[in-house]
Amino acid sequence: MRTIVLDVPNWPGHRAGQHVDVRLSAEDGYQAQRSYSIASAPEEERLMLTVERLDDGEVSVYLVDELRLGDEVELRGPIGGYFVWDQADGGPVLLIGGGSGVVPLRAIARHHEATGSDVSLRLLYSARSVAEVIYREEFEQMAAAGHLDVRFTLTRESPPGWLGYRRRIDAEMLEAVSWPVPEHPLVYVCGPTGFVEVAAEALVQLGHDPARIRTERFGPSGG
Amino acid sequence: MRGAENPVRDAPLDGNAIAGTLFAVFSGEMTTARGVCAACQAGAQLGELAVYMSAVGIVGRCRSCGAELVVLVSVRGVTCVDLRGFASLEFPLAEQTAASD
Repeated sequence: MRTIVLDVPNWPGHRAGQHVDVRLSAEDGYQAQRSYSIASAPEEERLMLTVERLDDGEVSVYLVDELRLGDEVELRGPIGGYFVWDQADGGPVLLIGGGSGVVPLRAIARHHEATGSDVSLRLLYSARSVAEVIYREEFEQMAAAGHLDVRFTLTRESPPGWLGYRRRIDAEMLEAVSWPVPEHPLVYVCGPTGFVEVAAEALVQLGHDPARIRTERFGPSGG
Repeated sequence: MRGAENPVRDAPLDGNAIAGTLFAVFSGEMTTARGVCAACQAGAQLGELAVYMSAVGIVGRCRSCGAELVVLVSVRGVTCVDLRGFASLEFPLAEQTAASD
């Protein structure tokens, strides 16, 4: 993973949850384009992207391995209106992230913090191991300050003494983590396609209103 | 998708994956546009479309019944959009200007 901070001239601002499309052009005219969620809150000065390096990734390999301070990147955006949260939308808000799916959720959490929102905010974050938990210190700081209730689940390996969950998300975990149905939470689920399907399906089965569940699928990725 | 050999690999993405393309084609934010499936009458926002992308183009299907709702094919700089799968498609104009706020 690599976090990239960009200075974008005439950036119009964005909403938490939106993404940008990054396009790379080779000298022979070949172009490759990928979408990356914006990791920074709308209140922050600079645009931040967190990119997961995929071994066969045309764009991610360049962004993680090659990009240097001062380099320019072509991007389009901000994009998206469906998977966004503005503090005026209210809550309570449940964020469910798998792997790199946590990136837009981090933007939502930062926006929540930057606006001093008193909406109840909870994050369930699934990662393969502690080493693969992105923004871990930041989330723990937000939790310590009372801005965020964060729960982790590690799916492949966990350290001794680990107090969080130790398995892939399932209906039982989601029931324990989600607010009761009468609270009408807004739910944002983001991550690999299979992860999103399991979470969304389980939440609907629990009785949550599908219209208040927003999903963003990142495509299959390593389990 | 029913019958898929590799359910995870063949599982579709959603409308967020083509949000940029839709914005370019419709000159506005479209993932919050609301469409009604002509086949089963299910209504949903385009952010929820079941999206399949290939070298040929993009197909968006109804998540309820699988019917083809939208097909986008780009050839030599021209994008052809087939919306016949929709019984209706609505989007508030306010969303289109909000993108440039």
